[in-house]
Amino acid sequence: MQANRMVIIGATSAIATELGRIYATKRWEIYLLARSPEKLKILEDDLKARGAVATHSRCFDFAHRGNYQGIVDWASQGGCIDLLLIAHGVLGDQKASEESNELALQDFEVNFLSYMCLLNSFSKNMESKKKGTIAVISSVAGDRGRQSNYFYGTAKGAITIFCEGLRNRLFKSNVHVLTVKPGFVKTPMTAHIKQGPLFVEPHKIAEDISRAVERKKNQVYTPWFWWIIMTIIKMIPEPILKRLKL
Amino acid sequence: MSANTHYLSWGRAHRFEHKPHKLAWRDSIELSNLSEPMLVQGLGRSYGDCCLNGSGTLLLSKELDHMIAFNPDTGILDCEAGVSLDSVLKLIVPHAYFLPVSPGTKYVSVGGAIANDVHGKNHHVAGTFGKHVLGLKLLRSNGELLTCSADENQDLFAASIGGMGLTGLIVSAKIKLKKALPVIDQEIIKFNSLSELQEIENASQSRYEYTVSWIDTLASGKQFGRGLYFRGNHCEHIKKSPQDYLHSNPKLQVFFDAPSFVLSEFSIKLFNSVLFHKQRQEKKLETVPYDPFFYPLDAVKSWNRLYGKQGLYQYQFVVPCDSLDFMGDILKFLQKSHQASFLTVLKKFGSITSPGLMSFPKEGWTLALDFPNRGTATLKVLSDLDRMVSDLKGRLYSAKDGHMPASMYQSSYPKLEDFSKLVDPKFSSNFWRRVNASK
Ligand SMILES: Cc1cc2nc3c(=O)[nH]c(=O)nc-3n(C[C@H](O)[C@H](O)[C@H](O)COP(=O)(O)OP(=O)(O)OC[C@H]3O[C@@H](n4cnc5c(N)ncnc54)[C@H](O)[C@@H]3O)c2cc1C
Ligand SMILES: NC(=O)c1ccc[n+]([C@@H]2O[C@H](COP(=O)([O-])OP(=O)(O)OC[C@H]3O[C@@H](n4cnc5c(N)ncnc54)[C@H](OP(=O)(O)O)[C@@H]3O)[C@@H](O)[C@H]2O)c1
Repeated sequence: MQANRMVIIGATSAIATELGRIYATKRWEIYLLARSPEKLKILEDDLKARGAVATHSRCFDFAHRGNYQGIVDWASQGGCIDLLLIAHGVLGDQKASEESNELALQDFEVNFLSYMCLLNSFSKNMESKKKGTIAVISSVAGDRGRQSNYFYGTAKGAITIFCEGLRNRLFKSNVHVLTVKPGFVKTPMTAHIKQGPLFVEPHKIAEDISRAVERKKNQVYTPWFWWIIMTIIKMIPEPILKRLKL
Repeated sequence: MSANTHYLSWGRAHRFEHKPHKLAWRDSIELSNLSEPMLVQGLGRSYGDCCLNGSGTLLLSKELDHMIAFNPDTGILDCEAGVSLDSVLKLIVPHAYFLPVSPGTKYVSVGGAIANDVHGKNHHVAGTFGKHVLGLKLLRSNGELLTCSADENQDLFAASIGGMGLTGLIVSAKIKLKKALPVIDQEIIKFNSLSELQEIENASQSRYEYTVSWIDTLASGKQFGRGLYFRGNHCEHIKKSPQDYLHSNPKLQVFFDAPSFVLSEFSIKLFNSVLFHKQRQEKKLETVPYDPFFYPLDAVKSWNRLYGKQGLYQYQFVVPCDSLDFMGDILKFLQKSHQASFLTVLKKFGSITSPGLMSFPKEGWTLALDFPNRGTATLKVLSDLDRMVSDLKGRLYSAKDGHMPASMYQSSYPKLEDFSKLVDPKFSSNFWRRVNASK
């Protein structure tokens, strides 16, 4: 029997690493894509030691547009994709983006445009195979714009909306789309920020994602309490919100 | 907003500002541009200050947690030093392997287990953790990455096992695992005096792989020296597959620092009494999964916060004695001092020597005590104990220690001079500065 196949885009992310480990333990075959060959080698060894039946890796830097279809062809050769995770991203410097369109565009390329192109290409493949789950990492930051990080938030919000549409389209083809909205996670992305009690370990996020994949959820807030926090924040009327220091 | 800079150890009685530096990908670690002195912190399960380096750089190894290779045929695991024993167990238990040596918590890193050369309930048959390390990769502050083993860079290999993190950064290690099922045939035997304990001990050493006892330090009069003796062996057969006995993550957690009455002399007395009487029979036989047998404390996350904001001091010593005669004096002293110890563990070490230069265990009895930190009163008790231990030619364990005077350290570790020559010139710790103070 052929092993289940998982494809991880942004494989070196702390959250993605933990999710990969969960599926390695389940003895899946794992395709890894990231921008650093050295890190990919370390990850491949890790996942194989933990039980992955096979691993494959490929490099790609999303700062530059490229051959997205090539990624899909590579990741789907000789089989079909059971789970696709897209996880890469940069937190970006809000203030610097306010000063420079170039910088804002650069981050938007990584945080949204690459997602759009990848999803566009992968979805055609998975639609034709009529199976599989696409898990995409958005963020609670995409639920509402805030002065402290709306460049990042815009990209995440765009991912959320794009996934909604894609889910709607792929429903009839039996391909499931999961939008993941993490809160604060202790990862390299947030290492420079003072970490309060709401910060959780990346394995916690990964466990929630794998459970949501199993249960075919459309969207998951992780940890779960962010659902409450964001429900309240989404209810704050704009005339009030605009006066808050967020 | 800037990143957290406050780090403490498990005892929570020592806390300092640090310059934290996260390690993650083993190929790209650069130590040369970091400010000295530096030190690695693993999972911070050491009670005292051997994992702290106040004002200095603290290299955090938690994300240096990749497996490198695991061969289920040979039982050899190669992994990065930040990998926790918890993760190791999750990987190896389904293959019917077990840790060759395991401390009382699985939330320690492989690097920490090597650097303190930890011991377990099977010291009398397996020696220390370091005995099962086939080799390690050591990164020195000058950028040299050295492979160390019994055949290569032998001196740094011996210095790094039990080297308290002072020889440099252990990047990865190869460990020989043990083929064993994850279930233990356990016996718990009540003893009512130290002489009863001695008898049980003599009868158990050769027949049981795991032996340890818990002692009620507050019981007096007729009950003086009472406690429970735990012994066990791995089962030979199990009903389900090894995978089914895998531990899960803790479900309970202490979220705040408890007020001091939680662990008062009174509450500890009550707890001890309940623990002793909970078991009605003199001897109880049970088959239990490895998790509650080896790691009962892991069931509650952050249990150390029960000791309140002031934290606690652990005190573990070994004395090269075959008989338990010394224990009577220790118990009497503890009762007189009114410093109650909550989790008091007694164990007989065997004669297997460690490859490590500074390894703590030696043949004899080891006793681990813990004291809620009550400031100078507690420190006074510790220094009285120091005197008793020194008179018995004993020594203290770096992983637990947070107070030992330099003179005691220097006189009780005979290989200190050889070791000091191998210390990385840019590595240091609060512990190391303290025990070298008068040099
Ligand atoms: C509940 C509990 C029970 C325990 N039971 C036992 C027991 O039964 N037997 C026993 O022996 N110990 C026991 N201990 C102590 C514990 O096993 C040791 O303190 C162990 O070293 C902790 O590992 P750590 O990863 O938390 O390391 P830390 O406490 O973070 O560090 C310990 C030392 O290791 C060094 N170090 C860590 N990683 C590296 C690295 N990669 N390279 C170089 N140096 C490194 C540090 O610099 C430091 O000197 C227990 C502790 C607790 C909390
Ligand atoms: N951490 C949080 O609090 C949080 C909260 C909500 C959502 N998220 C989202 O979760 C996802 C995973 O992030 P993380 O928290 O796990 O952080 P992380 O470990 O820092 O991961 C970020 C990943 O993005 C990759 N990346 C960045 N720029 C890239 C580029 N130009 N091309 C290719 N890859 C690039 C990085 O690759 P390198 O390893 O090569 O640098 C890294 O693998 C991200 O989408 C993030 O926005 C995080």
